[in-house]
Order: sequence, then C-alpha cells, then structure tokens
Amino acid sequence: MLRIPCPWCGERDVGEFHCGGEAHIARPSGADTIDDDAWAEYLFMRQNPKGSHHERWSHAHGCRRWFHVVRDTDSDQVLAVYLMNEAPPDLPGRSS
Amino acid sequence: MKRQRFRLPSGGRIDRGDARAFSFNGRRYYGFSGDTLASALLANGVHFVGRSFKYHRPRGVLGSGAEEPNALVQLGAGARTDPNMRATTTELFDGLRAASQNCWPTLRFDIGGINDRLSGLLPAGFYYKTFMQPARLWKLYEKFIRRAAGLGRAPTERDPDRYDQQYAHCDVLVVGAGPAGLAAALAAGRTGARVFVVDEQAEFGGTMLAESGRHIRIRDTSPDAWREDTIAALEDMSDVTVLPRTTAFGYYTHNFIGMLERLTDHLPRAEAGNQARQRLWKLRAKEVVLATGSIERPLVFAENDRPGILLAGAAREFVNRYAVAPGTRAVVFTNNDSAYAAALDMAAAGVAVEAVIDLRTEVEGDLPRLAREAGIPVLQGYAVVATSGRHRVTGVTVMRLNDAGDGVSGTARKLRCDCVAVSGGWNPAVHLFSQSRGKLNFQSEMNIFVPGESVQAARSAGACNGSFSLAECLKEGADAGLAAARVAGFEGADAATLAAIEPADGPQRSLWRVPSERKDARMFVDFQNDVTTKDLDLAVREGYRSIEHVKRYTTTGMGTDQGKTGNVNALAIVAGSLGAEIPAVGVTTFRAPYTPVTFGAIAGRHVGGLFDPVRGTPMHEWHVQCGAKFEDVGQWKRAWYYPREGETMRQAVDREVRAARESVGILDYSTLGKIDIRGPDAAAFLNRVYTNAWTKLGVGRCRYGLMLRDDGMVMDDGVTLRLGENHFLMTTTTGNAASVLSWLEEWLQTEWPELQVYCTSVTEQYATISICGPNARALLGAVAPEMRLGGDVFPHMSMQEGMVAGVAARVLRVSFTGEIGFEINVPARHGRAVWDALIEAGAPHGITSYGTEAMHVLRAEKGFVIAGQESDGTVTPIDLGMDWIVNWTKGDFIGRRSLNRSDTAREDRKQLVGLFTADPQTVLDEGSQIVERVSEAPPMDMIGHVTSSYYSPNLGRSIALAMIRSGRGRLGETLYAPMPDGPIEVTVTSPVFFDPEGTRLNG
Repeated sequence: MLRIPCPWCGERDVGEFHCGGEAHIARPSGADTIDDDAWAEYLFMRQNPKGSHHERWSHAHGCRRWFHVVRDTDSDQVLAVYLMNEAPPDLPGRSS
Repeated sequence: MKRQRFRLPSGGRIDRGDARAFSFNGRRYYGFSGDTLASALLANGVHFVGRSFKYHRPRGVLGSGAEEPNALVQLGAGARTDPNMRATTTELFDGLRAASQNCWPTLRFDIGGINDRLSGLLPAGFYYKTFMQPARLWKLYEKFIRRAAGLGRAPTERDPDRYDQQYAHCDVLVVGAGPAGLAAALAAGRTGARVFVVDEQAEFGGTMLAESGRHIRIRDTSPDAWREDTIAALEDMSDVTVLPRTTAFGYYTHNFIGMLERLTDHLPRAEAGNQARQRLWKLRAKEVVLATGSIERPLVFAENDRPGILLAGAAREFVNRYAVAPGTRAVVFTNNDSAYAAALDMAAAGVAVEAVIDLRTEVEGDLPRLAREAGIPVLQGYAVVATSGRHRVTGVTVMRLNDAGDGVSGTARKLRCDCVAVSGGWNPAVHLFSQSRGKLNFQSEMNIFVPGESVQAARSAGACNGSFSLAECLKEGADAGLAAARVAGFEGADAATLAAIEPADGPQRSLWRVPSERKDARMFVDFQNDVTTKDLDLAVREGYRSIEHVKRYTTTGMGTDQGKTGNVNALAIVAGSLGAEIPAVGVTTFRAPYTPVTFGAIAGRHVGGLFDPVRGTPMHEWHVQCGAKFEDVGQWKRAWYYPREGETMRQAVDREVRAARESVGILDYSTLGKIDIRGPDAAAFLNRVYTNAWTKLGVGRCRYGLMLRDDGMVMDDGVTLRLGENHFLMTTTTGNAASVLSWLEEWLQTEWPELQVYCTSVTEQYATISICGPNARALLGAVAPEMRLGGDVFPHMSMQEGMVAGVAARVLRVSFTGEIGFEINVPARHGRAVWDALIEAGAPHGITSYGTEAMHVLRAEKGFVIAGQESDGTVTPIDLGMDWIVNWTKGDFIGRRSLNRSDTAREDRKQLVGLFTADPQTVLDEGSQIVERVSEAPPMDMIGHVTSSYYSPNLGRSIALAMIRSGRGRLGETLYAPMPDGPIEVTVTSPVFFDPEGTRLNG
C-alpha cells in the first residue's frame, strides 16, 4: 500500500491511482514507414528494471491528471514526481 | 464445583472468584477468569488435546502463546465455529465449546492414527511421488487426500457476525507491550506524539506476565508494579491509543500496518451483544517500533512430541501466570540458562523436578546456581535420548553426551515424569521486521537471526532485536520510542536509564539434533506438519539445496503456525546436512499474516448488499414491477427478459424477439456509456481514436465507430453523434464506459496534449429508451406529434431534437436490430415518465418490452458484433470482417500501424463466421471449441470457438457466431463442436443470418 504524492492533490493512498506503466516511450510518428521490429519495440518491449523506474500514473479517483513518478521497483520508494510536460529530474547516484 | 486437579492453591493472575464452565470434546470442565483454554485444560490435567496433521499422533500443548503448533481446536458450533484456533491464545469464557481436530471417531481412538504406523510409507514428498501418475486419477486421489488432510472444518453457514474496519494514522506505532514496548510507548508518548501501542494479549506486559518476580526488580519495585504504573501513565495520555487483543499481523509498503483487534471473541454470546466481533485496523505510521519479543525454540530429540512435553518458558508461564502445574513430576531439558527459571518456578510451586538435563558440560550462570542451591539435580553433558508414554509422557531416558555432541554413551538412565520442559534457546520474533523487507543478520554467538538495517521507517527493540535481558529491553525500548518520536517531529529529553536487577545468563550450546542411540527414532522439527529430521535429510539427499525448496518439499513451516517454533531448527539441520553455515543456507521469507486473520475481518462491511455498488436506471422500478429477470453488467442491473406467467426463459425471449420484428419492441438502453466531447480539436481527436473518418460528419448526424488499442485489437465500439462543429456525444458499450473515458483522457494528456478537447461522462445524466420494429415510427409519432419522422427528413443515422411525451428529447434514428429504430434520450429524471408514455401509446401495437437477451438475439440475427463477446482482446477489425470501417487514407489512428504487422496480417487468423448446427433445434454452448476432426478423447486440434449462440425464432432455428481459423474461406464446410455427450456437427455460414440486404432498416 504505497503513498503516491499527486503533484496537484498531495500525498494519497495508492488505491486512488492507476499506474500506466513505463514512461517516456515515444510513439513513433510516420508509422507507415517504420518496420515491424521498431513498431513491436514501441508496443511491447519494456525495461522492467529492478530499481529506479520512470512511470506514468494517473490520479484516477482524484483530479484524474496524468503525471510522472520515479519509483524504486525494489523498495517501492517514490524518488521523484514531475509533470507530464517535464523532463525527468536528475537523481544523483541512480541510473534510469 | 469440579476440582481443578492441577490448579495451584495460590498465585497467578487468574480470578478465583470468577469460575467459568467450558466443554472440551463434550466433557464439562471449569477454569477461571484470566485463563486461556490451554491453561484451563492443563489445570484439569488434560494435556492430550489434538492429533497431528499427517501421522495423527497424540499431541499436547507445546507453547503458551501465538507460537503454538499443536493445541489447535475447533471453537464454537454452527455458524459461529472457527477452526485451527490456538488453545493457548483463546481466552476462556463461560460456555466456551471446543473440540479436537483431525481425529475420528474420537480423540483417543482415532482411525487416522494408522498413518503413524505407516509413516515409513509417507515420507516427505510422498504426494508428488505417489499420486501424480496417471494424471486422470488425480481427481480421485485428491478427494480422499483432501478429506484425510486438513485440520479443522470451516463453517458452512453464513457468518452471522459483523466486522469493522478502521483507517488510522499515527506518529509512532509500538508493536508489542512487553518491557521494551511499554518503555518505548512511554518514551514516545511523553513527547506528545500520537502513539498507538498494540499487543495481541488481553493484558499488557508480555513475558513479564510469566515472571514469578522473585529474582528481578525494576528500580526498587517489582516488575509488576512498574508494569502497572506504565500502563496507567499511557492510558492517561490523550494522544496515546492503547489496543490490547490486537495483533499487528502484516507490515506492508510505506509503513502500512494491518492489525486485527478482537472485540468479542473473549465474551460469551450474550455479553457480545450487537458489537462487531473484530476490527481490522489499517494503520499508517510515520515510525514503527517493533517490540515483538521472542519465541522459544524446542530441542530436536528422539520422540519429542508426546503430550506433556512443552517449552520451558510455557511451563513457567502456566505456573506463574495461570497458577497451573504442568505436571506432578517434571524433567527439564535445556541447552541454556533460561529453562532453570522454569525448574525453579515449578519447584517453588510444588512440582517435583526430577532433574535438569543440560546439554552443556559447563553450567555457570546465576539461575543454574540458584537451582543447585534449591536442591534440583543437574545432569551436565547429558541428553534425553528417548521418551515413553502414549497419550501422555511417562518418562525419559537420558545418556551422557560425547564431547563432540554427536553421540551418546554410558548407561541409559530412566527418569519417570509426566512433564518435560524443553528449551533450545530463544528466537527473536523478527516476522514483522522481515515482512517490512528488512534483511536479517545471523548472530552466531546465540545462533539467532536478528534485524539488520531497516528498509522502512522501523526500529526493533528488546528481545526481537536479540537483546534478551530485562535491562536491555527497557533501555532499547525507551531509546527506540524517543528516537522514533523525534524522527516523527517531536522533541523530548533523554530519560534516565531504568535500573534492573536480574540473573545473568551463561552461554548456550546449540546441538541442532540431539543424538540418540536409536537410529530409527523420530525427531520432530515441525510439529504441526509432522516434519521430522528424516524428512529434511531425505530432501537434502534428493538434491534440494535451497531452503525455500526444502520448505515446500517437506512442508516445514507451512502450517497455520508458519513454523514459529520449528523454522530455525529446520534451517540449522539442513545446513548441517549440507555441510554449510546457517547464514549460507538463508532464511525463508516471513509473510503476512503473523497469525491467521478471519475472512470476516478482511471483508469488513463489504458483504451482501454492500459488497459492490448497484446501479439501476431511471426505469428500474418499472422492470421490477413487470417481473423482469435481471443480469449484472458491471455494476448495472439490466433487465434480462420479462417472463410472463408460466413462460420459460426461451418462450419469453422468443416472444420479445418476434415482437421487435413484427410490431414494436422497447428497450431500456440507459446503461449505454455516454461521453460528451468538446473542443476545437474534437473532430480531429475522434479521427485518431476511431478507425473511420469523422471530420466530414455533418452536425446532427451520427456514425458508428470502432476503437482499437494501439496493438490493433478491437477495444470498444458505439455510435457517436455530432451535436455541433466542436461538440460530439460518444456512446460506448455499457461495461466499458469508464475505461473508454480513461483511455481518451490518457491519450489527450500524455500523447496529444496539444489537442484542445474536453471529455465528460454523461452516462447517468440521460435516460435512453430504444424502440424498434415496423411500428416504431408510428409509436414515436403518437408521442412526438411535432417531430417529422419520414424517412426523407429523418433518415437512418441522423438526429432530431424535439418534444417527446412533453419532454425535450434528443432522438437518434439508429438500429442495433436491423429494424427501424429510434433512441430517445431525455434527462434522466424524465426517463420513467417518457417510458410510461411510450408503453401507454404502444398498447394498440402490442408494445413489448424486451431485455438484453432478446437484444442479443436480434443483433446476432444481423451478425452485429459485441465488443467483448465476439472480440476478446486478440481480434482485429479485419478478423471480424469489418474492413469497411477502417479508413486507410485519413492518416494515423490508434492501432493503424499494427494492422499491418506480420502477425495481424496473417491469412489464417481466426475470423468471424456463422454456424448452423445440423439439428436446427440444437443450441451450441457459448465458448464451445470447434474442431475439424473429432478424436476419441482430447487433445484435439482446436481451430476456433463459439462466441455467441441463440435460438432465433425469426429463422426458426439455432444460430451461432464463431471465430474460426481462416473462417471466411470455409463457408459450407462441416466442422464439429466436441461435447461430453458427443460431437455436434455444424456448417460454416455467413455471420449475417437475417435480412442481409438491410431492406427493413431503410423502409
């Protein structure tokens, strides 16, 4: 039972949120011209790391806004939260 | 009053003025207020209380608390019965009923006891070795195994009790109210922090409750006086919540603690009244202090499981706390000093202590000295090598140990006794710390696992931290409580250390298996699951190396007690067999719950009608009054069909289906998901989320749309109406309304934030009434005289606004049945009035309300798919034969690229077809598998499955839709649906069964 700090509403119980999986996966534009492998990479391949992980979450039972969470998948510590249009923050000593 | 033969004449924390009658296996006994069921049974000389899980061996009380593996009983009767309840933690109340488990016909004469004689045939893993082949017989074996196994019986009636749940937050949670916990709570409470202090027992004090008080002092007073002062001080603090009878059973992420408070389990039924039985606390603590104490470990020696053999600490607790003599002649068997306290306390209570058998050759602590001074014989360097007695231990055999501790020699001496108090040392109760994902360190001096670095905001104090002396417990507790409060933002001064006077302990000697001259003697490691040293040895011989595998193979530690007494012994024995160090073998993961939690508490009030919200439409009551049968669609109650007096479901549905095609049918369609979509980019947005084109759709027109996921699979469909240049009303399937809204918002916020589009759910704002059939237009004309309904001015897939039955309505001319149809949308509050007006006006046409079943038949006759029925997340529009709705020229849309992936473009994918059964009256089961060739028995090569199947009264035969491999190329082929009663022959047809030209729709 994590606590997730929503950038708009503050810290709330994880039950109010929906996790949308790995963040910063660029949807290829001009999709007709890219090959199957590149498209499959976008569709299916995920990092699934042990450790720091950039994710998209939405406050589904709150403000319904999407935002980014950097979460340690091992300890479940929330390392950073930032908005949809922001770049990932530098987290010292961690690689993404 | 019946005499309690083993009750001591004085002492204890029981109330002798408050006698309590109870029954055990149908016999009536008496105990006192303050007793547990275990202490009351022992007071009456009942040691033999149950049979073991596998061998059905007679077993007695081993411990005195949550660690108890043996004394599990069935409590209560009827709807209020609980299996596997520990007698040692069951508070005695007047009228308590308990019975032994796992024995038949009686405890003393038990047929299953034959397993004990057959034990050679039932080694570890016998399950896997014996019953796996042939696979089809497993179903037969399983039935008998399940009956033979299992301990207690779950109640079969509905639970009549209520259970509460409560959320709470605190600054400092202290788990355990022994000396360390009390000191921690006091130190934290003094800072003004919000403190919760919880303990599983009715009374706070932990191990102090088991003290005689003869040998220890805190400051200048008795430990009990300090205990009482501290509890009183805590109860006076307004921000301190004191919760006895509360087990912190689970330590979850971000300091979320699950706790079970037992509110009425200790009360007779009449006193419990209407109170909730238990309360589940969901507590979020800023800081946690774990003061969970320690659990004594037994010694593993030959025949160590007879009733009357118990842990030394438990023996001591029965004497001092409950004033019960665990026997008349006792032998103490130990590897450490603590058991000498049991010997002293038993002797002081008048129990004849025959001897202390000590594995150590040198014994020099304070307590052994006191024992010698009290005249208790001490046999140093000796071991118990055998025991005797069937339903109660009658004696032990002792021999001298060799220097290495791996053999015995000399003459065997027999000592008569009816009680053996055993101690193999103490394991810190690190369960919650381990659940918090903190790593454990092995401390080789005492052979214990202690908490390492905390991962969450938690600290351990006292015995659970490997600090066993009272002085250490008090100091660590006070330090931890203060430190926790400070981290949580409170200030407090360091308190003076409490002086404690207590005996000093000498070192212990760990012999993980006590040698015996009898090689075939059984030594039990896990009492509840009947795991012996031989089972562990066998697992190692068969190649198991990981302790996690040994655990699963032998079932060590997998009982309801989770191996609280046996796990470390098992670990050490496996390490010994592998020639490895204990820490190298590792430790199995402790998992929540620490002790079992009732399902009632987990469910709380979310049962029966409160299990899930129920959604009804504005016309719901009408359906109820008309005798509709309902089906659940998500949380909605939808009218399924409306049987008339004497009608079967089939007859009712046939009648409803015919009426819709022959005159006029009316359907409550209010559950349809409705999303209001606005913004300058709304049309461009729809172009991207639907497969077809939307920019040129005229205002006041509607269009059917199909939505894909980005992997090209069909997600949802529905009709969307253009209300203005920048304003649309989208409909979704009933079940997907919420997920489609989330889907749209996700794309708008994450992928296309530049689009100015706003989505609002309006599902509940409108009542939607669908009418269809040849007389639908006439009916609508009767209630909406001002509307112009001719086909030329109100064509298919268009919308008109106007008054319907006096209510401003939005009417869509759409059809999900192939008949002329109208969908009348009015504000929800007018839904029932408009519905009633239509029913009244439709009477001359014999208007017939139809439910979801008839709706399904009508659309299946037309081959219309339902997202989630024909499609299952692996189906593309091409698979459904819906190429016509995919617009390749309009630009990108969600899922477009995926339709050209090599896998999705395959020709031999499953495709939508119709099926006719050879016998037109046979209706296939939905989900039936379809094969080309029938074999005598499975497996058969499955080429598809039936997605929808009905009897069609309009065609006078059964129809089915199916997804079949390369189905469109198989028209006319004969296939089979293999069923238990034999294969059903089917012919592949077009999926459009009725009016394929669509002439009825445009009339």
